[in-house]
Amino acid sequence: MNFNNLIKIAIKALLRNKTRALLTMLGVIIGIAAVITMVSLGQSTTLNTREQFSSMGTNMIMISPARQHRGGIDMGNSSSKSLDMKDYLALKEKTHYVAAVSPMVGSAAQMVNGANNHSGSIQGVSPDYLNIRKYELERGLMFTNDDIDRYAKVCVIGKTIVEELFPDGSNPIGQTIRFGSIPMKVIGVLKSKGQNQMGEDQDDIAFAPYTTVQKRFVGINHFNMITASATSEEESELAATEITHILRSNHRIEQGGSDDFEVFTQEEMLSSMSSVTQFLTVLLAFIAGISLIVGGIGIMNIMYVTVTERTKEIGLRMAIGAQNRDIMYQFLLESTVLSVLGGIIGIIFGVVASYIISAVLGWPWVVSTTAIVISFVVCVAVGVFFGWYPARRAANLDPIVAIRYE
Amino acid sequence: MKILEISQLRRDFQVGDETVHALRGISFSVDQGEFVSIMGTSGSGKSTLLNILGCLDTPTDGDYSIDGTNVRNLSRNQLAVIRNRKIGFVFQNYNLLPRTSCVENVELPLLYNKEVSPKERHDRAIEALISVGLEKRMNHTSAQLSGGQQQRVAIARAIVGNPVIILADEATGNLDTRTSYEIMSLFQHLHDQGKTIAFVTHEPDIAEFTTRIIKLRDGQIVEDRPVATRSANDALNSLPPAIDN
Repeated sequence: MNFNNLIKIAIKALLRNKTRALLTMLGVIIGIAAVITMVSLGQSTTLNTREQFSSMGTNMIMISPARQHRGGIDMGNSSSKSLDMKDYLALKEKTHYVAAVSPMVGSAAQMVNGANNHSGSIQGVSPDYLNIRKYELERGLMFTNDDIDRYAKVCVIGKTIVEELFPDGSNPIGQTIRFGSIPMKVIGVLKSKGQNQMGEDQDDIAFAPYTTVQKRFVGINHFNMITASATSEEESELAATEITHILRSNHRIEQGGSDDFEVFTQEEMLSSMSSVTQFLTVLLAFIAGISLIVGGIGIMNIMYVTVTERTKEIGLRMAIGAQNRDIMYQFLLESTVLSVLGGIIGIIFGVVASYIISAVLGWPWVVSTTAIVISFVVCVAVGVFFGWYPARRAANLDPIVAIRYE
Repeated sequence: MKILEISQLRRDFQVGDETVHALRGISFSVDQGEFVSIMGTSGSGKSTLLNILGCLDTPTDGDYSIDGTNVRNLSRNQLAVIRNRKIGFVFQNYNLLPRTSCVENVELPLLYNKEVSPKERHDRAIEALISVGLEKRMNHTSAQLSGGQQQRVAIARAIVGNPVIILADEATGNLDTRTSYEIMSLFQHLHDQGKTIAFVTHEPDIAEFTTRIIKLRDGQIVEDRPVATRSANDALNSLPPAIDN
């Protein structure tokens, strides 16, 4: 018997029992819909993270001091004084793959302008920092290296701070605001960047010359961090290696000694973040996959019932010339059509569900073709796998017994 | 020309420790165009014989040839092909597929024959249905048909593959006298067209419509004689008229 006839027979048999077919498919429909939705949403989050991450700059490299242990006590990494001016200058002058470098010194600060105040932090950076982090000026100017040399009391502030301290909408440029007790002149306002992927407001930021923050705010000579950008995204690995070399020689770390600093490229940070979402996606898809197996068992159950119920039909088909494999294929195809049809409906539901959910959450909508293709293949496999045993039972029936079965 | 040829046919069944001899070495042959009835009480071995004649079962010993092919050493699938090409079955309880139209039921044997195209299959099914007088009920399902009509569909299904022999197993067993006679009239009509028919029954009056009676008892042939065939149409006419509503 040819394949077309078999397909026709299978579909006719299913149409004779529409409700049962639909209920049997339900397990597979739910399973596949769940897998598709989970994988799509997982990919959507990853994409979301990636998009937001790239707004921070694409080839950023962060250098921070290594965690320190003193007398068995973990001191964290901010206590370390390993990054200092010498390192900064070395990175600025001796590198080939590093486009820009900026030290970072941070301090929490209460900002006050007349009756308005705002609690935030002030970051001491170099003028290059704007490039590295892809900040742009909306108004005014960035401070200069001259300001850095003079520990100038000038600052560039983000949109959030402008709104908090100048609620009347007056021009902040040229005005003096206080950071705690230190008066600082506003010389520039940053363009808004919105939230980053951690939900932090990237506009709640104030930049000042790093020397100013070092000397006037916190009174230290080292940096909390050094931020750099590679000449290109492709070269960020090279840049990271170069930085490691320079810092190791600067810190006189001998061969085999461990670094007293850590270098992260943006790609590394991104992949460590996506690995979490990927793990969650796999986990959720796995759980959804279990419901697919349950759906498959449902198909097997019904196929068993069908074979018993249609013993007489099987006997008749054999009597009029059906061979074992004709009967086998007939039932195998019936279970496969059930699961594939269920799978197609499930895929549609899954795609629609992921569309609705990402629309509600404002995430980008991703349709995972891989997930759809895999689901489809899994459906065929489920149909064949769970239909195999009942179909074999049908094919091995004795026609004499089967045709007289009541 | 001999359509069926049976010699020293034995069939033993193992029931627990005991061996049951269902057929104890029977021999006979059926020529083309014969209309044979095989009679016997239950336990006489007629079902076993029918299973073997229908290639659903193989003998323990002895030879059986159908249309020149000895089936003794054929595999399950080879037997299926023989059943498909050479045999047409008619059963007591019709065995039609439920919720399936007459045409599709009659097409069924041709589905298992690769040499028949879908178009030819359909045409031949319709032709067969016309020849059993069901041209007006082609697309009815079995639930919409009377018992006699269902048996006609089954007969159409048996002849659609153009088999060398039609095997009927108590084909009138579920029908009233009038309908039985009508079905027998149809069988006689097919016989007149040259079909070879083997008809298993335990009703002597039904056997009278055939041309030869083979009687089995305890697995052996006790009688094999020609019959002065009675016309089923005459029998129909002699019945008291049917009461139409």
